[in-house]
Amino acid sequence: MSKVIFNEELCKGCGLCVNACPKQILALSKTRLNGKGHTPVEQIDPDKCIGCAFCAMMCPDCVITVIRE
Amino acid sequence: MVVFEKPKALTDAVLHYCPGCTHGIVHRLVAEAIDELGIEGKTIGVAPVGCSVMAYDYFACDMIEASHGRAPAVATGVKRALPDNIVFAYQGDGDLASIGLCETVSTAARGENVTIIFINNAIYGMTGGQMAPTSLIGQVTQTSPYGRDPKTQGYPINICELLATLDAPYYLERVTVNNVQHVRQAKKAIKKAFQNQVEGKGYSLIEVVSACPTNWGMTPQKALDWIETDMLPRYPLGVYRDKDAEAKKED
Repeated sequence: MSKVIFNEELCKGCGLCVNACPKQILALSKTRLNGKGHTPVEQIDPDKCIGCAFCAMMCPDCVITVIRE
Repeated sequence: MVVFEKPKALTDAVLHYCPGCTHGIVHRLVAEAIDELGIEGKTIGVAPVGCSVMAYDYFACDMIEASHGRAPAVATGVKRALPDNIVFAYQGDGDLASIGLCETVSTAARGENVTIIFINNAIYGMTGGQMAPTSLIGQVTQTSPYGRDPKTQGYPINICELLATLDAPYYLERVTVNNVQHVRQAKKAIKKAFQNQVEGKGYSLIEVVSACPTNWGMTPQKALDWIETDMLPRYPLGVYRDKDAEAKKED
């Protein structure tokens, strides 16, 4: 069981993590904005996460922490 | 088990870079190298002028701000005064390849035991997208609105190839960060550049082919794709000098 934690306030909505995810389970929010006015990234299907950390490796802003249990 | 988290050598300051700017990735790779080699307490960084001018806010080690292009000269001074410390300079292409070319070449020619991280994004980012020495032929910028024409604006400068003609540099490699595989290679190269300095081997320069989505006028992902299709043919990845490997071959 893997888990990703987003430090949402740091997210600039660039979407590089969305494209890096091999399971395609990340998306930019369509309903929320963070404090900076960007659309933060969300996990749409957390159960499919394999904890590969590709998203975190491509994130320029260190938004993502990846935990594998 | 935590598989991935923010490295300790980065502060909690929010990066001021534009969305999708690869400066953030390279900052993280440098910080990871510092963490993994356990040199945080004795590392001194030199920040350039350019988009990364405020890098001193982001690295948790001691930092100095150099005037435009002079980061390798400042790094030389620090390293000679404090030879036990690890000194790195973080520079962009306008800083390293244009105004600071003299310092860059001279520092490399002397083979100073410092680590240089060179961000090549083929444009001046901070000042609003003017042509850089590394801009591609035909690239449209603020100061080459009809595309860079070699007749009037010359050809791009390939820094790794240029420095590889010198005798002294110990390690020169060009990497990029446009996908996960390349990020991993870049991390390995940056770590090796720091390792060389820890072992007292000499001058290491890592050129990172980077994206500037804002001034290229592209979305972040399209900018990464443009690196692959347009930048890499002009700036081929690879090791341009590795005295370790050369020594092994002679054995």
